[in-house]
Amino acid sequence: MSEVLVLVEHVDGQVKKVTLELLTLARRLGAPSAVWAGPGYSAEAKAKLAEYGAEKIYVADSADITDYVVAPKAELLAQLVSSASPAAVLVAATAEAKEIAGRLAIKTDSGVLTDAVGIGEGLVADQSIFGGGVNVQSRVTKGTPIIAVRPNATPVEASAGAGAEEQVSVAVSDAAKGAKVVDRVKEEKGARPELTEAAIVVSGGRGVGSAENFSIIEKLADSLGAAVGASRAATDAGWYPHQFQVGQTGKTVSPQLYIAAGISGAIQHRAGMQTAKTIIAINKDPEAPIFELADFGVVGDLNQVVPQLTDEIAKRK
Amino acid sequence: MNIVVCVKQVPDTATERKLRSDDKTLDRDAADGVVNELDEYAVEEALRLKEAHGGEVTVLTMGPDKASETIRKALAMGADKAVHLVDDALHGSDALGTSYALAQTLKKIGFDLVVLGSESTDARTGVLAAMLAERLGVPQLTFANKVEVNGTSIAIQRVTDYGYDKVEAVLPAVVSVVEKINEPRYPSFKGIMAAKKKPVEKLGVADAEIDVAQVGLAGSWSEVADFAAAPPRAAGTVVKDEGDGGVKAADFLASKKFV
Ligand SMILES: Cc1cc2nc3c(=O)[nH]c(=O)nc-3n(C[C@H](O)[C@H](O)[C@H](O)COP(=O)(O)OP(=O)(O)OC[C@H]3O[C@@H](n4cnc5c(N)ncnc54)[C@H](O)[C@@H]3O)c2cc1C
Ligand SMILES: Cc1cc2nc3c(=O)[nH]c(=O)nc-3n(C[C@H](O)[C@H](O)[C@H](O)COP(=O)(O)OP(=O)(O)OC[C@H]3O[C@@H](n4cnc5c(N)ncnc54)[C@H](O)[C@@H]3O)c2cc1C
Repeated sequence: MSEVLVLVEHVDGQVKKVTLELLTLARRLGAPSAVWAGPGYSAEAKAKLAEYGAEKIYVADSADITDYVVAPKAELLAQLVSSASPAAVLVAATAEAKEIAGRLAIKTDSGVLTDAVGIGEGLVADQSIFGGGVNVQSRVTKGTPIIAVRPNATPVEASAGAGAEEQVSVAVSDAAKGAKVVDRVKEEKGARPELTEAAIVVSGGRGVGSAENFSIIEKLADSLGAAVGASRAATDAGWYPHQFQVGQTGKTVSPQLYIAAGISGAIQHRAGMQTAKTIIAINKDPEAPIFELADFGVVGDLNQVVPQLTDEIAKRK
Repeated sequence: MNIVVCVKQVPDTATERKLRSDDKTLDRDAADGVVNELDEYAVEEALRLKEAHGGEVTVLTMGPDKASETIRKALAMGADKAVHLVDDALHGSDALGTSYALAQTLKKIGFDLVVLGSESTDARTGVLAAMLAERLGVPQLTFANKVEVNGTSIAIQRVTDYGYDKVEAVLPAVVSVVEKINEPRYPSFKGIMAAKKKPVEKLGVADAEIDVAQVGLAGSWSEVADFAAAPPRAAGTVVKDEGDGGVKAADFLASKKFV
């Protein structure tokens, strides 16, 4: 059976959930080979990848790989594509991994499909386009299919793989060292699940009114074990950090449940959350377009409705 | 500094967007064409860099004749001139084909800095800037919310999941911008009038030395096999808060097993 390369997403040495989703998907397409790029590899990471089906784990954990923007990871994958001749390469549809996929496509003379929500027979990818309005089936016609898959699109299933480790040495070329990362600035993150990976997202918009008042959004999120998101109006106002922005120019999320409080539902916001399975809207304006999407809506003041909902959830636990 | 801004015409997101039933490409006649929103931020950043460091801003668009509207808008904002890559052979190009065609054109016209939006609103692949950097063999400075040029050095802040990376490189380079970088100016009346007289050079595939085997629908590395309109979301329930809105929302959550 051909290998299917899966580029591992990891933060602080922890494997992210989307990688387990990709391994689950890869098992249906061939023999999953996880590719670890950058420092932080550990026995714990290895166990996790094997638990979800990695037959092989390629490890390239030199700092060179992450000291420069994107290009070294594309070189690493290109090297593995040429040595392992995989049936496909899967990456998460995150901003950076899509860029890696794009450069890899050029290096290997292969097609690339972005934002797949599923992969079927013959490596045909399902894409949901135009803000969820149209479903497309597409395929790569030249080279090794490179497919970027959206987080939260695949239910995770464990199924042990051999997890055979193989160290890979890459000599990062000078050409790939053009853009050097000289500093990484981490903004506060907290203990909540990551936005794109979370099963539940609670977002606040202009209706929240102030940075301080975002605490009612956070409390509701914490009662549900959810991530917090924000509309652009809220991030522009400085009420919530930009990396939590949901929408066209923020994150695309597809959680099981999305709660929008004080968000009107502008097209650019919808582009980032429309594929959520269940949507709840809380807004004082009955005409707000967000209600067109909502499975359940409450017309009312979020300052009343949100805390009451948080209390109710606590009572029912 | 010779700055080239890549600008794409996209269907207005406020109208219903469709694919064509014949060749499964974007239906450009079904919706009004507008400048891809993030590309206005790219034009603005190019203009600010020119204002600070001198030089010239050239708009580069690949698209059908209709895309000249988009070029006018960028020129009205203040860009100096434009190159319009227009040829029927380019219709249906995928991201690889588009990046190839744009890279060939950029090699032809020359550049110190190429500025793009980080994503289009129609295809949303977000790969073009990285692909151009790869094809041109220059540093990739993408997802920038801040750009600083100092002589031939360039530094950006690259937006990440955890905050941002500070990234440094030497020109020539490719930059893509996010919308937090600036506030695009509106074209002034004077700017709109002046735009009508600014030079727009039209290039075909032969002019830009583009191999037609690598562009268009036939030259693409991927294809759309099939598509269909997504089934509409079933209409939901909307209740008015009468002091029990939170309780009702909790009931709904319980009915869906979220609590
Ligand atoms: C290039 C570009 C990219 C963009 N990208 C994004 C993006 O990624 N994400 C994004 O979100 N937006 C994006 N936008 C902006 C988008 O167009 C909207 O302006 C934005 O989504 C509005 O945010 P909002 O819904 O919070 O604010 P508003 O549209 O002002 O809506 C606020 C809502 O809160 C309600 N409200 C007010 N007070 C209360 C209260 N006490 N209780 C209950 N409800 C209340 C109001 O009725 C209203 O419906 C982008 C725009 C552009 C031009
Ligand atoms: C719904 C849809 C889905 C698609 N999916 C795929 C896919 O999965 N794989 C694939 O290979 N192709 C795909 N395509 C084809 C893709 O649209 C074209 O290749 C397109 O020209 C470039 O992709 P983009 O707009 O997503 O670029 P992005 O990388 O999202 O655009 C970033 C920036 O590149 C610049 N730019 C983009 N296009 C042009 C242009 N024509 N002229 C000047 N500057 C430009 C702009 O500055 C823009 O802000 C898809 C097309 C559609 C309509």
